[in-house]
Amino acid sequence: MTRVAVVRFPGSLDHESAARAVEGLGAEAVEAWHAQPELPEGTDAVLIPGGFSYGDHLRCGAIASRAPVMDAVRRHAEGGGRVVGICNGFQVLCEAGLLPGALRRNATLSFVCRQMELEVADDATPWTSGRPAGDVISIPVKNNEGAWYGDPDAARVVLRYREDLLGSTDRVAGIASADGNVMGLMPHPEEACDPLLGSTDGRLVLRGLIG
Amino acid sequence: MSTTDLPRHRQLGLTDDEAARIPELLGRAPTDPELVMFSLMWSEHCSYKHSRPLLGGFPVTGERVLQGPGENAGVVDVGDGIAVALKIESHNHPSAVEPFEGAATGVGGIVRDIIAMGARPIALLDSLRFGELTSARSRHLFTRSVAGIGHYGNCIGVPTVGGEVAFDDRYEESCLVNAMCVGVLAHDGLLRAAASGPGNALVLFGNRTGRDGIGGASVLASAELDEDEDKRPSVQVSDPFTERKLMDCCRELAAAGAFVALQDLGAAGLTSAASEMAAKGRVGLDIDLDLVPLREALAPAEILVSESQERMLAVVAPERLDEVVDTCRRWDLDATAIGRVTEGENLVARSGGEVVVDLPARLLADEAPVYEVPRVPAERPEPLDLAALPEPEDPAAAWRELLARPNVASKRWIYERYDHLVGANTIRRPGGDAAVVRLPGSERAIALTTDCAERLTEVAPRQGGRASVLEAARNLACTGARPIAATDCLNFPNPEKGSTGWRLAEAIAGMSDALLALGVPVVSGNVSLYNESATRAILPTPVVGMLGLLERADRSVGHGFGVDGDVILLVGDDGVLDGSEYARGSGGGQPDIDVEREVAAIELVLRAADDGMLVSAHDVSGGGLAVAVAESALADGVGAVVQLAEGRRVDEALFGEGGGRMMVTVRDDDAAAALMRMAPEDVLVRRIGTVGGDRVTVHVGDVEATLTLAEAGEAYERGLPEALA
Repeated sequence: MTRVAVVRFPGSLDHESAARAVEGLGAEAVEAWHAQPELPEGTDAVLIPGGFSYGDHLRCGAIASRAPVMDAVRRHAEGGGRVVGICNGFQVLCEAGLLPGALRRNATLSFVCRQMELEVADDATPWTSGRPAGDVISIPVKNNEGAWYGDPDAARVVLRYREDLLGSTDRVAGIASADGNVMGLMPHPEEACDPLLGSTDGRLVLRGLIG
Repeated sequence: MSTTDLPRHRQLGLTDDEAARIPELLGRAPTDPELVMFSLMWSEHCSYKHSRPLLGGFPVTGERVLQGPGENAGVVDVGDGIAVALKIESHNHPSAVEPFEGAATGVGGIVRDIIAMGARPIALLDSLRFGELTSARSRHLFTRSVAGIGHYGNCIGVPTVGGEVAFDDRYEESCLVNAMCVGVLAHDGLLRAAASGPGNALVLFGNRTGRDGIGGASVLASAELDEDEDKRPSVQVSDPFTERKLMDCCRELAAAGAFVALQDLGAAGLTSAASEMAAKGRVGLDIDLDLVPLREALAPAEILVSESQERMLAVVAPERLDEVVDTCRRWDLDATAIGRVTEGENLVARSGGEVVVDLPARLLADEAPVYEVPRVPAERPEPLDLAALPEPEDPAAAWRELLARPNVASKRWIYERYDHLVGANTIRRPGGDAAVVRLPGSERAIALTTDCAERLTEVAPRQGGRASVLEAARNLACTGARPIAATDCLNFPNPEKGSTGWRLAEAIAGMSDALLALGVPVVSGNVSLYNESATRAILPTPVVGMLGLLERADRSVGHGFGVDGDVILLVGDDGVLDGSEYARGSGGGQPDIDVEREVAAIELVLRAADDGMLVSAHDVSGGGLAVAVAESALADGVGAVVQLAEGRRVDEALFGEGGGRMMVTVRDDDAAAALMRMAPEDVLVRRIGTVGGDRVTVHVGDVEATLTLAEAGEAYERGLPEALA
């Protein structure tokens, strides 16, 4: 069984729903505490969930990116292991330099919680379950600093918003590392894994953690 | 006159009679810290001294009630060993002074009330009232309050799933910010505030104590705002990050059984928390103020009444003290044993080795004076003069105009600023009748709503009280959820003036009529009085927060129309223009509410939902039937054609309000006939149309009003952003 370490910082909010979503895919979810310099024994993949790590003091994700556990996440990623960062987790991965670019304040100048349609832009990463480019999936966003800023040519753009609401460069919703093993996205796949909640498209992303 | 010329007790907000009573109770003159403590605990905000005699009318018991009023929150059984805690509370005065921090700390306070019961907060709602948005001041208060609620709720990871807002000139100088929180817990995890076990440690944990919010409860929340401008710095400052850590930390410690008792520090800070824990447990507490972690140097009285946020007080057995302190440390929270539980009944506080406070805790917590408010009935205004209100020449244009009014229009501008999804349990999102939230670890779900009929409460308070409760129950029923418990927030002007005391008593009586008929107990609540300035008093606003239960989370009903050919039925009586949003006036001519019949209509809709007959259901409220039809059509982009009988004014048929109505849709005529057969004789059910198309049409006799979905949607979505632009 795939063992997914779900990182928990003070101020993490989505660790439980992320763990539930991962378990729903048949994987095992274990907590990786921010102050530990190692990932839990036997970790196969890492999920950095959303929230307001360390109160988002200084800059979103800035303090978390320097937490002891992130050294272990970096080693895991450099060894080719899979890592997904969702929302605040995406911000942490950018702050840690594991993904290019940065997240800045939404063009709306407000927090936005809304179900969004996303287009698959790169179908060669593990994070879209083989859906062809151009396919549209539905996953909610909920953030205040969710506009990715960077050079789209320097990143593998995996998912794009259909509607340019937040002001991301090139409508970027999610990007992957050059090797494709590290993925960051602002939408919340863990909140789109249950038909009761309106969409199960989040599974397409989270399956990237498994196998 | 400046406050420094006043005697000390009056500066603190105590009357001369109250100040005279304190030495009689103590048998000596109070120390200065004691006098300050009395002034806070005997304030209206903490003691309900003007409202307590009236609150006894509420039904508070029932099979599901595990904890009724009097604790930090009410708790009800929802089956399978799971319980739900709920409470609503006002933060009106602070929000009028500093809307961002006022609203934010209002959310923080109510969340800690739920934590204190041993529960995990899973949902927030907010009931808001502001002046008309044509006022720059009201736009500021409204947008900053929404920002404060969003900031706090989003950061602590508790979804804000619902609520309501209304704009009326009567709130121009006294806005209302009521926050409701709901939490889940296992029956055997229920915690209470009563301290026990002499020798146990008293642990203060969370944020450090500073000078913020000193005197908030007495001088800010219990007096009219313009009595004294000097009161204005008494607003607290929020730190949601620490609140989240407190939540996580308390959940761990509560699950480990580390608490003997738990209490949050809210109004009147340590004074209130300690005196209530001691009084409820009939024990004493001995506190060393020198041990309280401070942000800045404070006098003993200031430490005792500081309203610094994000603090909790726990009673902990000595052998578990290290565990509690270690867990708090793991969460980067201060935790300090500041005292211990003692035999006797006295609350003792020491500073620099000297005893500065030594008095029976019950004098603070339970012996506040009680005042009977004058109950001067007010004349009901003349009915609205319909002859002076011409029928609209273009009913479709009037419909569109109504859809764009801030009181009717989509509240998307608000709820998209709130994380209403965090936790991945939100089944029915904001924008419908009630939010539906899955109960983690269960097949069940709960439905949540807040409602109030303040305009009717002003002109006919007993009717308004009934309407507030029944509207909440209809909103729950329209999701298929059976109402099981209520929490209330009674926002009223100065009860010592005019007819406010009478309106308060009548509204409570009306709410009780409806609650008894529904079989729904009030398990917690809050009173906020003195919501008025020298020139304006608020509409009396008895907000009802209601909890409903769905046996199956996957069986909830939405308000959006289904598919072409579905049949639309209207349950309930005709509405009237008098007192409606469309007519904007009077209310004196609204018919009295027949509680039994409205409850029977609610019961019918619940049975239909239980039987799986309903495709959709929507409460008919502000803006009347035409607005309800448009809302149901817009929800999923499916139109409808509705035919109403002639013989009435077109505007009354379209926009009339009241009548306890719900609009439901079913698959076909057979299902419609079956639902009609289920209806008791005195509940009116009419077939009024069919679902389908890309427009909404309402015929009243020969007159037709039609809007395309695009037109209706444009008006409905434009209203609020345009008013704020």
